[in-house]
Amino acid sequence: MSKSYKIIVVESSPLLVAGLKHMLSGHLSYDVVAVLESTEKLHDKLISLKPDIIIINPLLIDYAKRFMLKSMLLKTPPVVCIALVSAYVEPVVLKQYHGVIGLEDGKQKIETKLREALQNDRPNEQKDNYELSDRERDVLIAVAKGKMNKEIADQLHISIHTVISHRKNISRKTGIKSVSGLTVYALLNNMIDEREVK
Amino acid sequence: MKAFIFTEKMKLSDLLSVNHHLILMIPRFGIEFGFGEKNVKEICEKYNISTSFFLLVCNVYTYDDYLPDKKALLATDMRSLIPFLSASHDYYLNERLQFIESYLFKIADNCESKYGDTLKRFFSGYKQKVVDHFEYEEKTVFPYIDALQMGKPSKSYNINQFQSIHSNIEDELSDLTNILIKYLPCNLMTKERVMILNEIFHLSDDLNKHSLIEEKILIPYVEFLEKDNI
Repeated sequence: MSKSYKIIVVESSPLLVAGLKHMLSGHLSYDVVAVLESTEKLHDKLISLKPDIIIINPLLIDYAKRFMLKSMLLKTPPVVCIALVSAYVEPVVLKQYHGVIGLEDGKQKIETKLREALQNDRPNEQKDNYELSDRERDVLIAVAKGKMNKEIADQLHISIHTVISHRKNISRKTGIKSVSGLTVYALLNNMIDEREVK
Repeated sequence: MKAFIFTEKMKLSDLLSVNHHLILMIPRFGIEFGFGEKNVKEICEKYNISTSFFLLVCNVYTYDDYLPDKKALLATDMRSLIPFLSASHDYYLNERLQFIESYLFKIADNCESKYGDTLKRFFSGYKQKVVDHFEYEEKTVFPYIDALQMGKPSKSYNINQFQSIHSNIEDELSDLTNILIKYLPCNLMTKERVMILNEIFHLSDDLNKHSLIEEKILIPYVEFLEKDNI
């Protein structure tokens, strides 16, 4: 028989706990070893039960600690953390988890998510950088000066495809989509001079 | 969902209490306030507005996922479509954008001049884009539809041409919110920034619905008229 994974569930809603248990029942690989209504005893349970996975409602963690999941689990054996999301949780918080289960997820989806989380036990995405890279700055400056993608590609010796991908990242990071908006951004950040704008 | 959709027997004042944003539609249809307990049908008849189209607009502006299916679309009397869209254009341009501009320029005048000038240039450019966008619709698309509705199809134009060039006028507004929230350095003018941001968020929602009406109602309707007129 394949290894069975021990799970601790931390959720205060009886409805969600029952639903989650039901979804996981009948699945030999997963064994819910404890259900906690709050994070109060979580630390002790992590040490005594040594679970492989915790499925936790992030909102049950104190606001101050919510952003530092790692430091909270520093002195416990390594564990895969899955967020059980039933209300709005900031993306920054969710990024710390290995996986996220939502209310819409069915049995299949939950299983897939657990399996994936166990396989690559690294949190979702570490690089959550909103600073522009040097290359992105170069592209942004060229866009702000009114250059077309083709011209930018030639000037920076990169493919048009790469230019487009940089532009997508620039818009994602700054929240600004239009060329004229990017020009304002570049000017406000002193990346270009007024006289350089057509 | 269907159960919540407005009908002609409902009192107009009840529609407005379900969704207060609908007060914006009242003047665009030329309706005067003080309409008492009259229901939608009575008011539309009084002002010679197509009741089915009025309800269509109210439903689209109220229920996020509401769009009429083909049958409902064909059953709608579209004589009020063009007047409504024109009145909306006028409202966006001469009221909303005017308002945003006046506050934005106040902020710009309080900033370091190189920032202020940039901001003004950005907004003037955007406004011109909106003017061009609306002007094309008013001068080319709407007269074409008017003629089509009267059974006079044009040989040189069809609605596909409109579909392919219908441009987005919402990006710059959302960019402006990001600029005002995150990037414009002068710390002062908090009150004005809040006013403008509030205004932009409302206008963006309104423009989104407006584009939805043009793309999902006007275009399919005109395509149908075109087929009918061949």
